[in-house]
Amino acid sequence: MVKNPYKPYPVKIDEIIVETDDRNIRTFHLKFLNPEDEAAFSYLPGQFAEISVPGQGEIPIGIASSPTEKGYLKFTVNKAGKVTTYLHNMKPGDIIGVRGPLGNWYPWDKLEGSNVVIIGGGFAFTTLRSSIVYMLDPENRHKFGNITVVYGARNPGLLLYKEELFAWERRDDIVMHITVDATNDPNWKYNVGFVPAITKEKAPSSENAYAIVCGPPIMIKFTLPVLRELGFAPDCIITSLEMRMKCGIGMCGRCNIGTEYVCKDGPVFTFEQLSHLPNEY
Amino acid sequence: MSWLRLTKEGLTEWLRKFEKTYRLYGPVWTGSYHEFKLLQDPEEIDWDYRNTRLSPKSLFLPPAEKMFIYSLDPNDPERAILKEASKDFDPRIIVGIRPCDAYALKLVDKNFITPQYQDPWWLNRRENTIFVGYGCTEPCSTCFCSSVGSGPFDTKGLDVLVVNVDGGFAISFVSERGKELLRKEPLGARALSESEERSLQDKMAEARAAMPKLWDEKAVANRPLLDIFNAPFWEEVQFSCINCGTCTFLCPTCWCFDIQDEVWKERGCRVRLWDSCMFPLFTLHASGHNPRSQKLQRVRQRFMHKLKYYVDKYGDGVACVGCGRCVQFCPVNIDIREVMRLMVSHCQCAL
Repeated sequence: MVKNPYKPYPVKIDEIIVETDDRNIRTFHLKFLNPEDEAAFSYLPGQFAEISVPGQGEIPIGIASSPTEKGYLKFTVNKAGKVTTYLHNMKPGDIIGVRGPLGNWYPWDKLEGSNVVIIGGGFAFTTLRSSIVYMLDPENRHKFGNITVVYGARNPGLLLYKEELFAWERRDDIVMHITVDATNDPNWKYNVGFVPAITKEKAPSSENAYAIVCGPPIMIKFTLPVLRELGFAPDCIITSLEMRMKCGIGMCGRCNIGTEYVCKDGPVFTFEQLSHLPNEY
Repeated sequence: MSWLRLTKEGLTEWLRKFEKTYRLYGPVWTGSYHEFKLLQDPEEIDWDYRNTRLSPKSLFLPPAEKMFIYSLDPNDPERAILKEASKDFDPRIIVGIRPCDAYALKLVDKNFITPQYQDPWWLNRRENTIFVGYGCTEPCSTCFCSSVGSGPFDTKGLDVLVVNVDGGFAISFVSERGKELLRKEPLGARALSESEERSLQDKMAEARAAMPKLWDEKAVANRPLLDIFNAPFWEEVQFSCINCGTCTFLCPTCWCFDIQDEVWKERGCRVRLWDSCMFPLFTLHASGHNPRSQKLQRVRQRFMHKLKYYVDKYGDGVACVGCGRCVQFCPVNIDIREVMRLMVSHCQCAL
């Protein structure tokens, strides 16, 4: 009998971290119950997994941990629907499932040897966090040129992974531009402004560079022209799409845009690829 | 193709020999329409049927089936661990399947059996099933299989082909699995006489000629996807659609499904159910955003998927076999043949 791609690996919720002030986003650390499952779950930043909550259903969530972080998987989940709401009320020690890794990943073979500009907004920073941790790993850092990050949220309380962000800020091998749309915190020492505006102001070079852009559609819409102006070609601007999904393996039929299934052929696409596809996402 | 001649009784007698080693399925009159059913006796088959209301895809992808079962009992040490639901994969012979419906399963194979992932339930059922097909000497007025890569005597999806001719049957064993059946149980049949052979060929030619030619594969395949996607004719096509989903449920090549968890007290199961791109919920995000919120988008998705996306993705023709069910049963008379004509004429015009 062939391996059943619908069957989740059983995992235990090890830790739950409330990420944002509005308590609507939590990070879950999951540990595999079986070591052989952990060994089989070999992933790269940009991939996602179906989190399976028995009795509720499954949700496709980007993997926020980096493969360089061993022993657990990290998922940051926004409370939005039936499964995520239930998951938010679960406790450490509860058993759920993980199915994956699914989808493609950021094109690490191409990114190696290049400068990497990461632009994120809101809670779409999860696989970007995975990517940053992956690139900053001592084993990997020499493979990449300059790493520049523009990351924004509506206000400081909505930024994900704050401690890590501020720690990266202090490093000299990564350039961080943390920003918020607005704040009344007099001690806020980072940027204030929308992500497209801060990208324009900081003007990361497009020379030998790829940009990875993840965020709400409105942010992407206004960031793209800025990147084009900076000289990034459409095939050097990479994004990750979200879709309603069920199977996660290109079979159930709902997440297609034209010929491509976002779950299997994506979720990572370049804007060059997307320009040949219907605007149905 | 080499043919043998046998009577209806002879065929029934031969099929009966497999009752102990295979489950036999065939088209049976239910009182309102024909349907593929598990046969108690091959005599139940109605050899005068035209086609079944529902396609036989449900024998491979049931409208609802358990995938996994689990316990939610807090005292159960195995709680929340999903276990595969048990299934019947005993060998089967589907008798009397129309060539188009058998070919449809081959098209759907491309979705469920891929180099990267294999759907275990689809795969097992495909491997455990032998097809004794029934050629269409009298195609329906809504049939157009010859236009879309199949035909009334298409053997691509079959192991054995039976054709009703001159008050009896001609039978041909077309695949290795079909020939294996013949080796297991010899058939009381003789070769066709010269006049019977001629009569059979005439009848087959007549049925083939009755089918319209309405598709220009090349013109549509060569046209950029976005050009067809943005064509104005979709407005006209979608106008009367009520998004009822009948077309997708009857279609032998529509495979989309949903996955849901069902719980009763402390026992749960994960089930998969037929779903339809005609329904707004099909693509609705938890955020409220819906990439195909408009009816036009959903109608276009269905036809584009069959006639363009599938073609571009797999390079092996359209995902339609011309069975005509959607034409017969659409409550507002949307006709895929008309959509094909609109698409072809759009693609034959200069860009």
